[in-house]
Amino acid sequence: MSLLLEPTAQNIKDEKIYKEMGLTDEEFGLVEKILGRLPNYTELGLFSVMWSEHCSYKNSKPLLKKFPVTGEQVLQGPGEGAGIVDIGDGQAVAFKIESHNHPSAIEPYQGAATGVGGIIRDVFSMGARPIAILNSLRFGELDSARVRYLFEEVVAGIAGYGNCIGIPTVGGEIQFDASYDGNPLVNAMCVGLIDHKDIQKGQAKGVGNTVMYVGAKTGRDGIHGATFASEELSDASEEKRPAVQVGDPFMEKLLLEACLELIKSDALIGIQDMGAAGLTSSSAEMASKAGSGIEMNLDLVPQRETGMTAYEMMLSESQERMLIVIEKGREQEIQELFHKYDLDAVAVGYVTDDHNLRLTHNGEVVADVPVDALAEDAPVYHKPSSEPAYYREFQAMENKEPEVENVEETLLALLKQPTIASKEWVYDQYDYQVRTNTIVTPGSDAAVLRIRGTEKALAMTTDCNSRYLYLDPETGGKIAVAEASRNIICSGGKPLAITDCLNFGSPDKPEIFWQMEKAVDGMSEACRELNSPVIGGNVSLYNETNGTAVYPTPVVGMVGLIDNVKHITTQSFKKAGDLVYLIGDTKTEFGGSELQKLVHGKIFGKAPELNLDIEKLRQQQLLEAIQQGLVASAHDLAEGGLAVALAESAFGTDGLGVEAEIDGSAVTALFSETQSRFLVSVSPEHKEAFEALVDAAHIGHVTAQSAIFVRNGGQAVINRPVKDFEDSWRGAISCLLS
Amino acid sequence: MKFAVIVFPGSNCDIDMYHAIKDELGEEAEYVWHDEGDLSSYDGILLPGGFSYGDYLRSGSIARFSNVMKEVVKAAEEGKPVLGVCNGFQILLEAGLLPGAMLRNKELKFMCRTVGLRVENAKTMFTSDYEKDQVIQIPIAHGEGNYYCDDATFNELKENGQIAFTYEGTNPNGSLGDIAGITNAKGNVLGMMPHPERAVDSLLGSADGLKLFQSIVKHWRDSNVVTA
Amino acid sequence: MIKVKIHVTLRESVLDPQGTAVKSSLHALNYHEVQDVRIGKYLEVTLEPTDRPIDEVVKEMCERLLANTVIENYEYEVEEAVTK
Repeated sequence: MSLLLEPTAQNIKDEKIYKEMGLTDEEFGLVEKILGRLPNYTELGLFSVMWSEHCSYKNSKPLLKKFPVTGEQVLQGPGEGAGIVDIGDGQAVAFKIESHNHPSAIEPYQGAATGVGGIIRDVFSMGARPIAILNSLRFGELDSARVRYLFEEVVAGIAGYGNCIGIPTVGGEIQFDASYDGNPLVNAMCVGLIDHKDIQKGQAKGVGNTVMYVGAKTGRDGIHGATFASEELSDASEEKRPAVQVGDPFMEKLLLEACLELIKSDALIGIQDMGAAGLTSSSAEMASKAGSGIEMNLDLVPQRETGMTAYEMMLSESQERMLIVIEKGREQEIQELFHKYDLDAVAVGYVTDDHNLRLTHNGEVVADVPVDALAEDAPVYHKPSSEPAYYREFQAMENKEPEVENVEETLLALLKQPTIASKEWVYDQYDYQVRTNTIVTPGSDAAVLRIRGTEKALAMTTDCNSRYLYLDPETGGKIAVAEASRNIICSGGKPLAITDCLNFGSPDKPEIFWQMEKAVDGMSEACRELNSPVIGGNVSLYNETNGTAVYPTPVVGMVGLIDNVKHITTQSFKKAGDLVYLIGDTKTEFGGSELQKLVHGKIFGKAPELNLDIEKLRQQQLLEAIQQGLVASAHDLAEGGLAVALAESAFGTDGLGVEAEIDGSAVTALFSETQSRFLVSVSPEHKEAFEALVDAAHIGHVTAQSAIFVRNGGQAVINRPVKDFEDSWRGAISCLLS
Repeated sequence: MKFAVIVFPGSNCDIDMYHAIKDELGEEAEYVWHDEGDLSSYDGILLPGGFSYGDYLRSGSIARFSNVMKEVVKAAEEGKPVLGVCNGFQILLEAGLLPGAMLRNKELKFMCRTVGLRVENAKTMFTSDYEKDQVIQIPIAHGEGNYYCDDATFNELKENGQIAFTYEGTNPNGSLGDIAGITNAKGNVLGMMPHPERAVDSLLGSADGLKLFQSIVKHWRDSNVVTA
Repeated sequence: MIKVKIHVTLRESVLDPQGTAVKSSLHALNYHEVQDVRIGKYLEVTLEPTDRPIDEVVKEMCERLLANTVIENYEYEVEEAVTK
């Protein structure tokens, strides 16, 4: 039993109880004005979660408007569970990325697991069959025991949920940096496949239609999760543990199959996941989008615990639940459908025309609030923005080479850096093959899945180098989008669209808001230039621990279409004798580079430049060459530059090596992180055709000696067996963990 | 030949099994929901991988009480081929159709990778298309594949040729005697942790699993189909 | 109502990798006195009394479902009269 008496409306106002729920004096005043009276405790709860940043985007809305969100391929842009893009033949792909940072910082296994569960529901609530999961993770440095614990548990949580529900976890990225020490980032992305005719919307249409609650029962878990996600972490956050939900992937598997069966029924009007802010957001948003209202009797809500109050039920974030609206009179058949899967399906209310969310409990009306006020009318803030002093300092710095004594040893050291090192320890725990569509498995530039029954395949990736964003958020934002696009291109795909997860510190700080603004500007420009609109995503702010913000980390999740599985390309060298080409010029650019971090232990200076016209041209040329069958392997140059790309292309090839000739400074040629570059190998028979199509420098060839051999002006600077490099790279993470 | 792909709540490799049979093997397959009471119209029974009942309590422990399992036992007694893969293997162990039990992997982690399997017995109805001691590449994906039985049972398995597959090279999960798959004494029930249904198309890395299904079909044709 | 507390543990002869991992972890925390750790499951079953003897019912449940006697042992204690 809940023994605490809820405060009265007058108490709430007099004692400013709304502040504990994250509402400001002004916001409380606005609620009072909207209602024309004081809100009671339950109503205040509704407003506090719906007006949290997590649900309302009140601090980020003005920025999100800048993103290009349309394109002829876009069938559903931002605003629904997931965005949807056309892939031809009546099929489409639905995808979205979302953060679960704060819950994962407190209880990493469940936080990560429920993050995966939530994003999967977003995708199948659109009517799509989830086909793949990706993620993007950030942790502090692995020399801390706490970080190792967070890392191991987050990975286990992702694996635990994804493996059990039977959706392959096919890709992702992980970076380690001290800025994430106390505030890891856990972003999960889900990709689904759908026929155009099955696309659903989360709308409560048709007065009198029945609102049904389906899935798991409601408990007290996760109450105020959305508000929690909108606060900074502090040492006191550990005490908020009860706010973390527990996931049940088995239940979700049943819910998934039941909902996909439900999609085929013409009784279904609308469906929405009960995610953040649970029953409140799903009901208010479905009604608001349809221009209707909803009345629900909370006595009918399936409950796992006894004595739950209206407030608790409305704010619970118990997992694996959906709200659906169906044609009146067809409740029986829907119940039977769900009972086949041992799931509850209960009529809890109906659609009204008065634009209000009205809740009854124990025979009393306990809340009566306009749905638009909850879902649409949250105040929007234009936060002050100011350029941080560090940025001016960094911009004034000259690009200089870090001092390196021995490039061969440096390459070995770089390959052991956890951000570059093989993530096999991680993806070995993910079932990346279930449903047998995964053609390119984790570890390549992008994961590739075939679309059964067609010649087509989908390439997918997540990317964001937050070091560049910290140094220069606008350029870094462009790079994040461009890099994702490069990864899709290297796999043989044409980018379709992106979803993004904007992870930043507190927007209340003008320097942080400036980072957000600039990053969004950069991303928007790159999206426009590379024809990859933003079809949805999520904003996670207040990623700070005891006042220190994480690096600005707007993660880009991108999906591309491969017209024919024959075009699928991987980064591995294929055959001795193939010619090796470098696409793109190399400049001395080490700001935010892996080498700079290795040598100086910190990052500073200017981020690498990015010219979007050049980027676009090179991507087009390379894709054309791949589609014409001229390219044996393709790999984008990222952290660690050319040397790391050469090594990675030789790894896992069973005995192939590479011989390459560089010129100028070896350190710049090998380790600079100049953008818009690719390493490709081409069979000699395609030499002329390739060179006619692509501007590229022939730098060497693939050899049958399993060694990496690089000469600079005739003199060997690297000459060592591939195995030495590969062992360092492959073993680094498990070595750091043991 | 007509196969039943049994679907328990939480099964998730059912679709892989179904497509392996239909698309790659070219035989008939149907999904059969766990509460079905009749399998008499099927010639072969497939128990796919996944997490039946969430693997709660112990993997396979709840699924074995499903309605359909009585029919699976009956099919096994009739001599029909019964193949359990991964969670399907765990269910066969819990149901007592195969001896032994499954423990957590020795590293305590779920692992997904392609491993080498040695064909220990090429005379079973599941392995006749392979050569004895042939090494094939088949993916594994499990957290509880550490096979265990007592010494007496292990000796029996060895003597009767019931060990169908062992891991070649590194044993990924710590299973007794490197066991990857075993049959019952009669030889018509096979349980294995690796996923042959994931290795039926070289586009996805390996097609070495196809011969296992082809062996089943060949055996069935030899014993059931009259050729002129 | 009757509450039955059931402990399911791995048999002595069966290697317990989880227990071994916990043991090394305790050693790492300087509890060198720890000789062995075995990990098991604890279940609480609340049931209505029936005509059948409670021991018979509980044993049957354990043998059929709650423990896999190939690898596990079980013990239980019965607590009578649970009030609600």
